[in-house]
Amino acid sequence: MKFGIVVFPGSWSERDMHYAVSDVLGYQAEYIWHRESSFDGFDAILLPGGFSYGDHLRCGAIAAHSPVMGAIKEFANDGGFVFGSCNGFQILCESGLLPGALIRNDHLSFRCSPGTLRVETSSTPFTSQFSDGDVVAMPISHGEGNYQADEETIDMLESDGRVIFRYVDDQNRATVEANPNGTLNNIAGIANEHGNVLGMMPHPERACEPLLGSSDGNPLWQSIAATVDGGRS
Amino acid sequence: MPPISQELLDEVALSRAEYEAIIDRLGREPNPLEIGLFGALWSEHCGYKHTKALLRTLPNTSDRLLVAPGAENAGVVDIGDGYAVAFKIESHNHPSAVEPYEGAATGIGGIVRDILAMGARPMALMNSLRFGPPNDDRQRYLLNGVVSGISGYGNCIGVPNVGGEIVFDDSYAGNPLVNAMCVGIIKDAKIMSASADAPGDLIILVGAKTGRDGIHGASGLASRTFEEQAELRSTVQVGNPFLEKVLIEACLEAIELPGVVGMQDCGAAGITSAAVEMAERSELGINIDVAKVHRRETEMSPYEVMLSESQERMILAVKPGHEPRLFDLFEKWDLDAEIIGTFETGNRVVISDASERISSTPVETLTDAPEYQFNSPKPNWLSELQSRDLSNLPDLDITPNDALLKLLASPNIASKHTVWRQYDHQVQNNTVIAPGGDAALLRIQGTNRALAVTTDGNGRLVYLNPRVGAAIAVAEACRNLSCVGAEPVALTDGLNFGNPETPDIQYQLQEAIAGMSEAARAFNIPVVSGNASLYNESPDTAIQPTPIIGALGVLENAQRHATSPLKDEEDAIILIGSHTPWADAETLAGSEAMSVLHNTTAGNPTLDLELETKVQTLTRSLITQGIAKSAHDISQGGLAVAIAESAIQGNIGATIQHETPNADWLPNLFGEPQSRIIVTCDHSDTETILQTAQQANTPATQIGTVGGDQIRINNLINLPFQSVADTWLSAFEQAIAG
Repeated sequence: MKFGIVVFPGSWSERDMHYAVSDVLGYQAEYIWHRESSFDGFDAILLPGGFSYGDHLRCGAIAAHSPVMGAIKEFANDGGFVFGSCNGFQILCESGLLPGALIRNDHLSFRCSPGTLRVETSSTPFTSQFSDGDVVAMPISHGEGNYQADEETIDMLESDGRVIFRYVDDQNRATVEANPNGTLNNIAGIANEHGNVLGMMPHPERACEPLLGSSDGNPLWQSIAATVDGGRS
Repeated sequence: MPPISQELLDEVALSRAEYEAIIDRLGREPNPLEIGLFGALWSEHCGYKHTKALLRTLPNTSDRLLVAPGAENAGVVDIGDGYAVAFKIESHNHPSAVEPYEGAATGIGGIVRDILAMGARPMALMNSLRFGPPNDDRQRYLLNGVVSGISGYGNCIGVPNVGGEIVFDDSYAGNPLVNAMCVGIIKDAKIMSASADAPGDLIILVGAKTGRDGIHGASGLASRTFEEQAELRSTVQVGNPFLEKVLIEACLEAIELPGVVGMQDCGAAGITSAAVEMAERSELGINIDVAKVHRRETEMSPYEVMLSESQERMILAVKPGHEPRLFDLFEKWDLDAEIIGTFETGNRVVISDASERISSTPVETLTDAPEYQFNSPKPNWLSELQSRDLSNLPDLDITPNDALLKLLASPNIASKHTVWRQYDHQVQNNTVIAPGGDAALLRIQGTNRALAVTTDGNGRLVYLNPRVGAAIAVAEACRNLSCVGAEPVALTDGLNFGNPETPDIQYQLQEAIAGMSEAARAFNIPVVSGNASLYNESPDTAIQPTPIIGALGVLENAQRHATSPLKDEEDAIILIGSHTPWADAETLAGSEAMSVLHNTTAGNPTLDLELETKVQTLTRSLITQGIAKSAHDISQGGLAVAIAESAIQGNIGATIQHETPNADWLPNLFGEPQSRIIVTCDHSDTETILQTAQQANTPATQIGTVGGDQIRINNLINLPFQSVADTWLSAFEQAIAG
């Protein structure tokens, strides 16, 4: 299992992702520089959090046009696994790999806090090592995590089971109080139509060890690995 | 030639006597560029004119010390397992008063580059903030601007901001304090020096282009009292955190290249102070060609180029022949890199504009700023304040229950979680204890170790007794480290004072530094770095003297730490440092209760350093043995507030029951005695703790039990847990909502 972790100027989660998948879980991982227009030998591509290109214009907007994103689109269209969290999710939306957009938090402030999420389905390559309905802790840290899309898109995401993570309270209720940023339907993460591209605002790579407060992010990387290794055998 | 005008001298904050000294040293009148250079380098910010002599008295040795205080941009200490830590605190008070967002943002940027210059990866930030009371539009504007600036800049650069403190007092209304501390980590002792190796080494400016922003920041903003602040707005720098983030990564890669021998940040006084300080450290001269400096504005004069404080720039010293790979690296990161000069034999700072030589001065005349010594008497007003009888205060028309709620709602005590959650405090995957604890705790990846960091300052206590108050600041910072289980290893100090040309401020400075020194020696730890911000005054008043102490602690086993929340039903609550939870009237000196309930700051604080070190040693040992389940020190708001805070954070009630006190409830509940820490343990461990304390000759006693849904203290306090929690958690947001 080998992860490719993209580095844009201004990314800051790439080292944390590397730590989580490699130091903690022992998978191979390598960085991919944003100017690369092709890459080879990776089983999954990770887009990190941060402020790529300073998030100038709109968050993720410039990164979506970087050379590496052409290669990532090809990789995704061929069925490769692509995962983005935080700024990575924003880039996936900006590049059209995922529908909708992430706009300013409704309270207009940056929000860094523990996050409580429900895993809506375990039948995806990213969540197979969770159970349906698991309530998990993964931190959030963003100023623009307010997911918006037209009604038709939201209905489609919901009815096709493409809302993968949802913010809930500690009683597992998707309430307004549990919603950290105004996101529609408490959506924290969604998948594309074929289920091989996932974007989410919370940071699974920060939930990698009990000492840091949670290790609930690890099953996500383990799910990808299980799918990849399962496909090979 | 006509004598130089007072106006011009004022512009660069040089006195006429200093100007005469410059003529004497040069043997001629300085030209306009040189007046600017001297103004910057002889400013308090760069030259430490009024503090140098005092700072020399601080303890500066330790087995852990790898880079001595003052030798480089920040001190460096060994933390074990092949890792070293560089850390420093710096002020950005005046820029933040003028333009709070950019002032605070560039304060972060500046201290991060100081740490980066040591070859360290910045791994944590903290902020110490002071404002006037938040029931005022301007103070709320300043607070919101500063917090937004810290959030906007800090979050973008990928360095966790793990908290700090926010304090309100009238004296800061005209002159807020914005101090930032950065901690950086260095592996395998690969420490960078801000110096060149030999004559011929290249001076390479990297990072952002140079503009007209921030000219006279050091000499103007940082060296004047504050009457014309609005007109100085243009001297505030504008930050670009994206460039800073890219610069951090590029510089950390650059120091791995062969031939890169030195690194220095461009901070106050820009290229001038960076290059001249490098020359001084290298015992070499320098030639700089201002025409080579990349600019973002046209028609900048050499004066403007040399004194610009444009952000996100660093200077590298590189062996000739090694620059091509460096240029490739900076091109990869889309950053400018340009050779702007060379190090030379001799001691001249030579500045040219293309082929025209425009200045040549000896290095030491520029760097050897005058030193002012003073020994001012204790002011009479202070003796009066200290001798106030606190056992004979006017009767209060308030119940102890309501007094506790009032104190928990004070903006100085209420939870600041609505601020901390605007800062990314988790990035880099090290944060074990997030903001809101006694100290933040960050583990060191690849080891079992963790670093504890805190910033503390108490202007009221330093105001009432500069020597004891400053010693308390050191003691409390170390106590906060001990409360998470970490052993204090080093300090950094941010000295925020008023105009040092007046005797009362001089008395505060000399006494406060003496007090810091005494306390640091008692803990046997050095002060490894620091910053002096003087002239913190408005036309109405000087600020309370506010030394901010940043402290660094090491915990050998990160798993064995403690946090402040109470944990489980029936746990025993044990007080370390005293046989009684009660406190006498003198402990009301400078307390929050005196300020909130009596609207008075008076009395004379005291500290017993021998008791303090014993209390901390015992607490650390209980935590690292795994016996103490929680620890929290008694500080602002006294016993009642300490218990309430730990209970709220733990989401559980508590009962304190001890033999009935004989004095008034005010000092017993809300007095602020030093050297007291509340720990909790499984009730079966109570005897072990009390015996351990006895063997260590340290007072300790059980004062209560965890549990229930009330906060009770004898028959004095009895409040439902939820009302206490709601007050503490919501009051700050309400206070700043206006």
